[in-house]
Amino acid sequence: MDALPRAAPRPHLPAGALGLGALLVLAYGIVPLTGTSYLFEALLTPFLALALAGLGLNLLTGYAGLLSLGSAAFMAVGAYAAFNLSLRLPGLPLPASLLLAGFVAALAGLAAGLPALRLRGFYLAVSTLAVQFFVAWALNRIGWISDDSPSGVITAPRLVVAGLSFDDPRGRYLVSLTVVTLLTLVAWRLVSSPTGRNLVAIRDNETAARLVGVKVARTKLLAFAVSSFVIGIAGALWAFAYLRTVEPAGFNLDRSFQILFIVIIGGLGTLRGAFLGAGFIVVLPLLLARLGAALLGDGFDSGTLEMVQRIVLGALIVAVLIREPAGLAALLDRAGRRLGRRAA
Amino acid sequence: MSPDLAFLIEVVVGGLLSGVMYALVAIGFVLIYKTSGVLNFAQGAMVLFAALTFVSLTERGLPFPAALAATLAAMGVVGLAVERTVLRPLVNQPPITLFMATLGVAYVIEGAAQLAWGTQVHGLDLGIDDTPIDLGGVLVSRFDLFAAATAGLMVALLSAFFRYTRTGLAFRAVADDPLAALNTGLRLPRIWSAVWIAAGIVALVAGLLWGARLGVQFSLSLVVLKALPVLVLGGFDSIAGAIVAGLIVGAVEKVSEVYLGPVIGGGIEGWIAYVAALGFLLVRPSGLFGLRAVERV
Repeated sequence: MDALPRAAPRPHLPAGALGLGALLVLAYGIVPLTGTSYLFEALLTPFLALALAGLGLNLLTGYAGLLSLGSAAFMAVGAYAAFNLSLRLPGLPLPASLLLAGFVAALAGLAAGLPALRLRGFYLAVSTLAVQFFVAWALNRIGWISDDSPSGVITAPRLVVAGLSFDDPRGRYLVSLTVVTLLTLVAWRLVSSPTGRNLVAIRDNETAARLVGVKVARTKLLAFAVSSFVIGIAGALWAFAYLRTVEPAGFNLDRSFQILFIVIIGGLGTLRGAFLGAGFIVVLPLLLARLGAALLGDGFDSGTLEMVQRIVLGALIVAVLIREPAGLAALLDRAGRRLGRRAA
Repeated sequence: MSPDLAFLIEVVVGGLLSGVMYALVAIGFVLIYKTSGVLNFAQGAMVLFAALTFVSLTERGLPFPAALAATLAAMGVVGLAVERTVLRPLVNQPPITLFMATLGVAYVIEGAAQLAWGTQVHGLDLGIDDTPIDLGGVLVSRFDLFAAATAGLMVALLSAFFRYTRTGLAFRAVADDPLAALNTGLRLPRIWSAVWIAAGIVALVAGLLWGARLGVQFSLSLVVLKALPVLVLGGFDSIAGAIVAGLIVGAVEKVSEVYLGPVIGGGIEGWIAYVAALGFLLVRPSGLFGLRAVERV
């Protein structure tokens, strides 16, 4: 399917390993020492969880060209699986329960990916909607999944790794950061491997990919499984590290669209795109609230804010698709090149 | 007739009639998909926008015909604006890109409609009472019958329009082969504008009927989710398919809710239609009436 903007199959890390190293020093060294609780709780932790979800969806939609509208369902599977694992196996360490939750989500993704063997394009997108609604229904109806709590609300267990508690805002940020860093590395290895190139080949022209020997069915299923694995762990982070108390409605269709918008705005088919898009999505409501309050004063209530946010987001999606189909990542690339030329 | 059988018939008839309401929304999709190859996710938002505009205008004291005319005009403006600002710049982009763009359009229309008219729930009374009438032992909702008649009338009008008018002929030409149509001098942008306006009118009819049923509120835009399985089943490009599939989906939904619901838990109407439609697709990938696409390298 020649559906999505082309991107170099091998993504280069932002400004090379040096820039990445600097970013990690900043994230691990400087931010935890200087950040406030507000920064961790309201900005960084949701940013990391959403970026990870975006990363997972990008593997499926950006690289393999398979549009999914069911990301929130896989987040929910990951979150509720992690909840059940830590509830029913009390001795299980947190990293293991996150990992296993990812595998449960991957299994769900594998099941959801089966229609992809016969369906394409819109039909496939609609079939992922079926997953979205089925999971929402199951979470509400099957009491066992949420340990029979009313309306399926779950509360996160204490975050303890190797005897150290990570329950405070900074600890939850560090847990998220570590998980996201590791999984980003895995994703980067994947997309620069032959398998990653097979994904892109299927996206750009499935028939041609089949002709040159790509095992299309297996690769598509793999894309679904890996993508759901990552999205599932993102859902567990969203539930455990960010919200702490979640209900099934937190993983509704709007969340799926939000993840898709992150990928579109950030840049389809790039790893950085998920981070740029997630950053944008987290900051946008805060910016709009400030701006609205400054312009309109008290007339700008939360209801108006929500509507304005919807309009701005929708318009941005259209604008990005028209003006810059490769998203913020491409915008940044060009700006970087321009700066580089000027320096040289 | 045994009471069990009468009950089954009642459930099926109720399902078929609510299926008409699904088909009503699905037709709006088909119109746009047929002529421009765009799966317009914003159709639900247009239904919401139309109903909300109409209700708000009547609540501000406009008489029924004036409100209807004003809403029609508003739908025309929306259709034109979408064609100009979204579709035209995205001509020749892959279908998935266009689909994602209509997601954005849906957000804009939903936000704008509620920003302009508020988020509270409005009642909408079309003056049709909803008392059931007894047809040979089977109770049928009067409102559902009215909705079915309206849908039938609309389909008849659309078919006549496609068959007997020049614009209708142009629509069919574009649907058949856009390049050939362009070659004979048809102006594609003008036809696209026209078809978006037509979809707006369909959205208005659907919005009034659905609004009278559910109340006019945000959830009205979610009828798009009811229409998608209908489209999958009927094929994205067939009006007849949309109607037949709408009836099937409505009946399947009601029957499974009544007979399967007690076994596996209620509330399954959210996904059963999708599962049924997808199951069917695995057997026939282009739907009931959809055209078989030939794919080349």
